[in-house]
Amino acid sequence: MQLSTRHLLGIKNLTREDISIILSTASQFKEVLQRPVKKVPSLRDVTIVNLFYENSTRTRFSFELAEKRLSADTINFAVSGSSAAKGETLLDTVNNILSMKVDMVVMRHSASGAPHFLSQHIPAAIINAGDGINEHPTQGLLDAFSIQEKTGGLEGRKVAIIGDIMHSRVAQSNIYLLKKMGAEVTVCGPPTLIPKYIQQALGVNVSYHLRETLEWCDVANVLRIQLERQNQVLFSSLREYSLAYGINRKLLDSLHKEIVIMHPGPINRGVELDSDVADSKQSIILQQVENGVAVRMAVLYLLSGRNN
Amino acid sequence: MKVLLTREQLNNCISRLAQDIKLHHASANDLLLIGIQQGGVVVADRIMDQLKEELTGKQPLYGQLDITFYRDDIRKEILAPDRMNIPFDIENKTIILIDDVLFTGRTIKAALDALLDYGRPAKVELCVLVDRKEHRQFPIQADYVGTTIQTEKTDKVKLRQTDTGDLEVVLLPS
Repeated sequence: MQLSTRHLLGIKNLTREDISIILSTASQFKEVLQRPVKKVPSLRDVTIVNLFYENSTRTRFSFELAEKRLSADTINFAVSGSSAAKGETLLDTVNNILSMKVDMVVMRHSASGAPHFLSQHIPAAIINAGDGINEHPTQGLLDAFSIQEKTGGLEGRKVAIIGDIMHSRVAQSNIYLLKKMGAEVTVCGPPTLIPKYIQQALGVNVSYHLRETLEWCDVANVLRIQLERQNQVLFSSLREYSLAYGINRKLLDSLHKEIVIMHPGPINRGVELDSDVADSKQSIILQQVENGVAVRMAVLYLLSGRNN
Repeated sequence: MKVLLTREQLNNCISRLAQDIKLHHASANDLLLIGIQQGGVVVADRIMDQLKEELTGKQPLYGQLDITFYRDDIRKEILAPDRMNIPFDIENKTIILIDDVLFTGRTIKAALDALLDYGRPAKVELCVLVDRKEHRQFPIQADYVGTTIQTEKTDKVKLRQTDTGDLEVVLLPS
């Protein structure tokens, strides 16, 4: 029962069995988080650096908490206020950190492939916490864990991913994972935000109609509209986006069934999700955050063996 | 593969252990049985079955404990965990930990570490099916012992389920 990989660079590199091992280990860690003492000593001889070249609140806190719950020692690196701001290269920064006996690197970077590059040059285990528009594997895993927990399984489950698919590493990791585990996936959004050949490349359905997609799916994973993209003329205004692709209570109530609503956060309330949807009983957004810690504990634990 | 404990011998051991536990804990009040994954859970299942028949009134509570995250050789090989299931409060209770084979004592040390993360029990006792007494590495002794078996340190002693569903204890080739 070991993972086929030393690093978690993306879901693309994982086997179906790897994913199953991570998800089942995560459910044991979820049990740990319910106990009076919410930590285990498993990683007390391990030091982890959280290397964040890009902003993050949720993911960084979640990783840090997961590391502490595993008794690991942690150091945090944020690019502002560091030597990277003085022009130090990524590899130099990491080698300097590793010379202080660090065993694992959790890394977020705005360049797609940055963790892959690093994994070829350093001995430490690397966990990708989001790289550019490529992947965000732990988000994919925690989304899958949450779907499994809420609906009982992934096989045959109909999952819609709605919003900016083009620039979303969350969408990409979700698609790889759900397809590997036998779920059906439809991506939905304005044509300008959906890659042209995604159907052929990744085996997903494409829809430009929100209502049809919601009627079809069991679970809707709604992505954040990245406000910084407003100026790129991919849609004419937030208001127009919201009218065509925003999910509100009235729309949900008019469907023939009750679907599960997910969102990786942070939510733009009133744009992609209305508050009375985000805060409703159908939404498992806060469970996703809770499960994130357990899933990240599983990943860190399973990759902590020094088998190199 | 040599059989160290046949089905009949094993069943006798289980009966004796259940009797012994009953003798020392006349009422099941505040008594918790916890099997250690995986072999200990199999033994604990059997002991629970016997106790259920014999104890009148309140039944002991029963849980399963997994030591994967607490092993002292964790970095040697990362193993996926088994199910942990302790759905009750252990604070101030008497707990009987149950395992299949007591060897170096390291599993029990890890089990005690895990258990204390759930609370502070009043007392913890240890019940094992097989004791390989001469190979202990930690100062740990069992309160209830099914049988003691002479072994070499390199021997692998395992509880095994046969094709017919019976249990036996075997010596695996090392």
